[in-house]
Amino acid sequence: MTALTLAEKILAAKAGLDAVEPGQIVVADVDLAIAQDGTGPLAIEQIRALGGDRLRVPRAIFFIDHAAPSPRAELSDAQATIREFCRESGAELSDVEMGVCHQRVAEDHARPGDLVIGADSHTCTAGGLGAFGTGMGSTDVAVGMATGKTWLRVPETLRIEVDGELPPLVGAKDLMLTVIGTLGADGATYKALEFGGAGVESLPMAARLTLANMAVEAGAKAGLIGADEVTRSYLEERGRAADWRPLAADPGAAYEATHRFAALGLVPVVAAPHTVDNVHPAAELAGTRVDQVLIGTCTNGRHDDLRAAAEVLRGRRRAAHTRLIVTPASRDVYRAAVADGLIDVFLDAGGLVTNPGCGACVGVHEGILAAGEVCVSTANRNFKGRMGNPDGHIYLASPYTAAAAAIAGEIVDPRTL
Amino acid sequence: MSEAVLHGRAWVFGDDISTDHIAPGRLFHLRTDLPELAKHVLEDADPGFAAAVQPGDFVVGGRNFGLGSSREHAPRIIKLAGVGAVLAQSFARIFFRNAINVGLPALQCDTSQVAAGDELEVDLLAGEVRDLTRGLVVPFTPLPEVMVTILDDGGLVEHVRKHGGFALPQSR
Ligand code: SF4
Repeated sequence: MTALTLAEKILAAKAGLDAVEPGQIVVADVDLAIAQDGTGPLAIEQIRALGGDRLRVPRAIFFIDHAAPSPRAELSDAQATIREFCRESGAELSDVEMGVCHQRVAEDHARPGDLVIGADSHTCTAGGLGAFGTGMGSTDVAVGMATGKTWLRVPETLRIEVDGELPPLVGAKDLMLTVIGTLGADGATYKALEFGGAGVESLPMAARLTLANMAVEAGAKAGLIGADEVTRSYLEERGRAADWRPLAADPGAAYEATHRFAALGLVPVVAAPHTVDNVHPAAELAGTRVDQVLIGTCTNGRHDDLRAAAEVLRGRRRAAHTRLIVTPASRDVYRAAVADGLIDVFLDAGGLVTNPGCGACVGVHEGILAAGEVCVSTANRNFKGRMGNPDGHIYLASPYTAAAAAIAGEIVDPRTL
Repeated sequence: MSEAVLHGRAWVFGDDISTDHIAPGRLFHLRTDLPELAKHVLEDADPGFAAAVQPGDFVVGGRNFGLGSSREHAPRIIKLAGVGAVLAQSFARIFFRNAINVGLPALQCDTSQVAAGDELEVDLLAGEVRDLTRGLVVPFTPLPEVMVTILDDGGLVEHVRKHGGFALPQSR
């Protein structure tokens, strides 16, 4: 038997083959296909062009999360189209109250070994659970929904091997920004990232999802972590014990390259405008004045992330000139943060807590920057114009570092606060 | 691919042109009105581009063109603006796939010598870009066979309609 990486193992199974190799083109069975309110209407148009509403994919879900609830009439109309299509086609609808698609897919839908395609580039987040998740355009996803299949080029795999445990006030975000800073924003284009080693095995699911989420920021097609006991207990907590199955890369699988990182040596880092691989230690950028802090998104809007931010914010107040916006990634995250008092910590710190969803991340509403303003965000992208203003400046950081920036009113290493 | 030789002027952009440069999030409400969105194409990289681009002109990028979001609106509005092809040193994966699906040639070649305003000829059959202003000829990387099949059928939706499903060359 050929020894396979996680990506090869899943794609071989979904293509009905014993083995696949990098570069091979396969047509594979899709388990779950998703779209959101920005990409969904075009996908629906294409499904109709394919001749109707009959969907052959086992599960299709449309999420209304990017502009939720709708801030404009045009978007309300687009969302009405999505609701109507779901009623007609039997596709599942995740409406405005439920939260960000990738968080919802992790919570309730993706299973280890699944092939998940999504008309959203961060569909790779599902790799935290051992699913091959990959982002595509509306047309590819429409075809996937209509036929139950998609074509893929089997990617080469880069192994990211992490040893040791993260030091205090250093998060999975710092690890992943360090990885992207090392590989570069196109360092993994057309490839899969596979995360492993004791440092990854010790990470809880929230942190694993952060790693997988940002795989695309190095250009990768997917970011994968094996399914183990951590995966099992996460699925059990979500009432999905039956969805668990173990999944690991074969010993001796062939990697294009292996990059090693020592977790203990990591420090809080920040990605400065306007590319995600522009990574510097937070200490080096200390003193940069901050107008807004965003804690949330599909990268760092989970309960563990809000807890990390609250750890820094508890008993403190934001700087007078710094707005603090907290956006839980999903309704369940919101509920958990209400239950254990995190929301009170944010309110006491002078923060604003919004409804779950993408919030300010994509520049539609709920926190668009003014010209010249600086935002420290726990999101995954700092591209020019991303938060609604090409003259805004976005710095990406962990929930610890973002919370520390809200208090100091400037970028600061959270360990020095 | 309708015409084998495309002719137009070069609009040069740098490295890392993201889908936020091409179709910004602040215009999210125009995503269901592509002709209107196309009036803003590449606005955050060059505010004068959309108004001045002529049918047949080329968008010339550096490394990692089209990185970021999966929004297929990005290649669609580049095409709607009349652009004949996008040339770049390298493309981000999703943009590349989307461009082929919507019938916008995305060609990987050495763009380092091409300057703004150069007169270009792109010969899709010969596989080369000719910079007539500079007297340069650069080859572009041939598209993978699977993508040529999709382009020849007129895009992915047409491919699936024609064959009743996928009919792609599955070998290496
Ligand atoms: S939170 Fe941001 S990155 Fe995540 S899906 Fe929403 S818009 Fe995209």
